[in-house]
Amino acid sequence: MAGAHAHPNYVKIWVLLLVLLVVSIIGPELGIPWLTLLTAFGIALVKTYYVAAYFMHLNFEKKYVWFLLIISTVLLGVFFFGVAGDVMKADGQNWQDCIANNTCAEQQRYVDGQLR
Amino acid sequence: MSMQGPLATSRSATGIPTGRLAVWWLLASEIFIFGGLIACYILYRLNNPWWGGEAVFTKVPAGAFNTFVLLTSSLFIVLAHDAAEKKDFDRAFKFIWYTIGGGLIFLLVKYYEYSSKLFTDDPELLKTPLTNTYWSFYYTATGLHALHVIGGMVIMALISFDLRKGFNPHRVELIGLYWHFVDIVWIFLFPLLYIAK
Repeated sequence: MAGAHAHPNYVKIWVLLLVLLVVSIIGPELGIPWLTLLTAFGIALVKTYYVAAYFMHLNFEKKYVWFLLIISTVLLGVFFFGVAGDVMKADGQNWQDCIANNTCAEQQRYVDGQLR
Repeated sequence: MSMQGPLATSRSATGIPTGRLAVWWLLASEIFIFGGLIACYILYRLNNPWWGGEAVFTKVPAGAFNTFVLLTSSLFIVLAHDAAEKKDFDRAFKFIWYTIGGGLIFLLVKYYEYSSKLFTDDPELLKTPLTNTYWSFYYTATGLHALHVIGGMVIMALISFDLRKGFNPHRVELIGLYWHFVDIVWIFLFPLLYIAK
């Protein structure tokens, strides 16, 4: 355990997580895009917080463990945005995404799925 | 043989026992493994709106049930940890095996889902990893996650018998941290693969 600390009521946290699970299923059923984002993904973040903070005892852990995990996530965000330009755009001023445009040399070697 | 305890518990250069610190580092690296996969999925999903049509073929009730199972197994492992701290090793042993049972139920539901997509005569419902990129992501993400579930179950089974005799109770906390992380990964995979259509 992360040092001596008062134990949270684990069953209460579990019940709260189940309530959040139900909301995350019902919310998207209404078909409203912003509500889907909020209930499906927003609540996923809240559930993650409760599992990490209370089941993993991060609230009672040394603060630098938070930094370790947050820095990992931030670096992942750098990766996400770093490649987003390549993945999301099919062409640019001085380059082309030949896979998206189906013009790669490798692709040209195939005709109807057969190697030319 | 030295009579000192293992380094995992006897050394604490950072204020955190070495074993627990090692697990935190492992989890930080897992953030990149699953996070990278999820980040790529999100990028491709935004670029391919038709993937929403493929997500219709996932079974939301099965995914929701599996979320319930993993959340409940997370409760069991934290209760096992609590019992181990109180030196109630029989109770800790019992909750560890409840957690393993949760993992087994999760895998059985996963098998049901996989088999309904892989072993069907209906070409409309047949979805293999080669069907298209959406299903490649689906099988890679859920398959890698299922391997983590299996790994956690094996480790829990291995440590449970020592624990019952009162040896190395700190291991319950270490495998617990890992198991909660596996739970968190599923918390994100569920809306991404099942709910967002």
